[in-house]
Amino acid sequence: MAEAPAQLRVPVPPPELRRIPLVANNRNFAWISDKIAGVAEGKTPLWWWAAFVPSVLCMMMLFSMITYLITTGVGVWGNMRPVMWGWPIVNFVWWIGIGHAGTLISAILFLLRQRWRTGVNRAAEAMTIFAVMCAGIFPLIHIGRVWFGWWLFPIPNANGIWPQFRSPLMWDVFAVSTYFTVSLLFWYVGLIPDLATMRDRAKTKIRQFLYGLFALGWTGSNRHWRNYEKAYLILAGLATPLVLSVHSIVSLDFSVSQLPGWHTTIFPPYFVAGAIYSGFGMVLTLLVPLRSMCKLEDIITTRHIDVMCKVTLATGSIVGYAYLMEYFIAWYSGNPYERWTFWHRMFGTYWYGGMAMMMFNAIVPQLFWIKWCRRNLVAVFIISILANVGMWFERFVIVVGSLYQDFLPANWSYFKPTWVDVCTYLGTFGLFFTLFLLFLRFLPLIAISEVKGVTPQADPHNPLAKPTGGRH
Amino acid sequence: MSEATKPYGLIAEFDNTVDVLHAAEKVRDAGFTRWDVFSPFPVHGMDKAMGMKNSKVGWFAFLGGVTGYTTGMLMIWFMNAFDFRIVVGGKPMFSPYSAFPPSYELTILFGAFGAIGGMLLLNRLPRLYHPLLKHRRFALASHDRFFIVIETDDPKYSEPETRKLLETAGSRQIEMVED
Repeated sequence: MAEAPAQLRVPVPPPELRRIPLVANNRNFAWISDKIAGVAEGKTPLWWWAAFVPSVLCMMMLFSMITYLITTGVGVWGNMRPVMWGWPIVNFVWWIGIGHAGTLISAILFLLRQRWRTGVNRAAEAMTIFAVMCAGIFPLIHIGRVWFGWWLFPIPNANGIWPQFRSPLMWDVFAVSTYFTVSLLFWYVGLIPDLATMRDRAKTKIRQFLYGLFALGWTGSNRHWRNYEKAYLILAGLATPLVLSVHSIVSLDFSVSQLPGWHTTIFPPYFVAGAIYSGFGMVLTLLVPLRSMCKLEDIITTRHIDVMCKVTLATGSIVGYAYLMEYFIAWYSGNPYERWTFWHRMFGTYWYGGMAMMMFNAIVPQLFWIKWCRRNLVAVFIISILANVGMWFERFVIVVGSLYQDFLPANWSYFKPTWVDVCTYLGTFGLFFTLFLLFLRFLPLIAISEVKGVTPQADPHNPLAKPTGGRH
Repeated sequence: MSEATKPYGLIAEFDNTVDVLHAAEKVRDAGFTRWDVFSPFPVHGMDKAMGMKNSKVGWFAFLGGVTGYTTGMLMIWFMNAFDFRIVVGGKPMFSPYSAFPPSYELTILFGAFGAIGGMLLLNRLPRLYHPLLKHRRFALASHDRFFIVIETDDPKYSEPETRKLLETAGSRQIEMVED
């Protein structure tokens, strides 16, 4: 080349400006594909079976509970007047909330140029899709006569009547099904180049065929990358308003009604913040053990964990602010019903729910101000689980806590879940973990091509891009 | 040529992004049209180095989005205000406000279909057969190597000169790919 490379002088930045690299230990491209694809290749590790068998059993419990419910009727649940929504809707909102982190990481952080997302986005998106699947079960079986579930779709029923779109429940059908479809497509588009990597590495004919089929004949052509990157950017741009709208619309299921405790304008942003909070909680719960079991410490570094803890802290604080604002408005509105409901959230029959949500969602994440807590994986793991316990109680408080004492004291009652409620909820964990473990075993759990793209040697303008000396 | 294999093009291998980027600039300046760069990830600045314009995927997404929004609004108007009118809580039969959330979701849904469909259409994917996929070293294009392929169909193509160009561009391994 014309410009003879003189000795490159890279100014070394002062220690406070030095950033921890996204892939630790200066790993090269080959190491990255070998490491990530290796998780889905070779012999199935023992821990995988140890997790998979109980998950499948648990999933079978879910299916038997659903069968029992459909053949017997919704009386097998604790739902009764006036708490008609009960656990199924609590679980629906909880799972769909968890499903928000994946798209947040893949879309919003992509638009914000947060390059650390590449280490975690694939697994988080998978988590999103599986969580939305678990969520989708609940409204469907909660309608009671499941065989009329198709009335939710824009199809005329036997009398030629269409669904009516003035109800937020119909908005929710469109929001959740769009969210599922777009998340799945976004995930798949991200997978295409990595499926090509898996195809090119495949040793057996069947793997070659299946990965090849789903890779759609991807070659890594730059003429393709150009359209691909644009499509990915547009998908991120579309998924960003989508992720914000989905939980907003879920919250409208509540806030459009006239019930004290539900009828508030703060619900959409408050639900979205809570969803992202619980979603990051679940991402941390999954990835903290996973990175050590799959030996991925160089790709999901402590810096990744650290930033995710910070997001958890930020969203947890927004949720805490929303709680306080709800209380303030309940007092400031002067509405006695509103005041009653909020007083009874903390000091009523279900005081433990109110206390748990305040404690685990608003106070516990404040521990992430301390660097030690963000770096200590045991602490991160425990706090991430508490986040989701807290978020479950938040939905319980909102659903049951607002319903069990309605306007007529003669209607008041005490809601108790039955064993079917509990087993159905536990069963969704079986479904979730079965799907997640299958994902780990058969698909690259980290976006290989994206991680390669954020290494210093991938950037042709970086001095590390061209190895000097050595074998050449 | 019925039985004999036909040459597809020259494939030149590179092992880092700097070399392949500069090589692509040279191929571009030599005026080739039927050529491509293959890399395990999109290389920053390669579009410019190949002299390519902005992708057209955006138009597909835009059309999809417009279709989605229109579909949503028309569908809800047709169902609730035209085909089977039912009074619910004294609310208007059709209101753009209550019809907005589903239409918004459909905008995103159809926009996403447009983006992905447009990407696949412009890339002519799925295409499960490709002469390069049979090439022994090409599997590394999804691993850690970078390739430049100049097709024999290119009007500027001539075996010794094109090979020479790729050699001077810094490739250490140049081979002929059969179709």
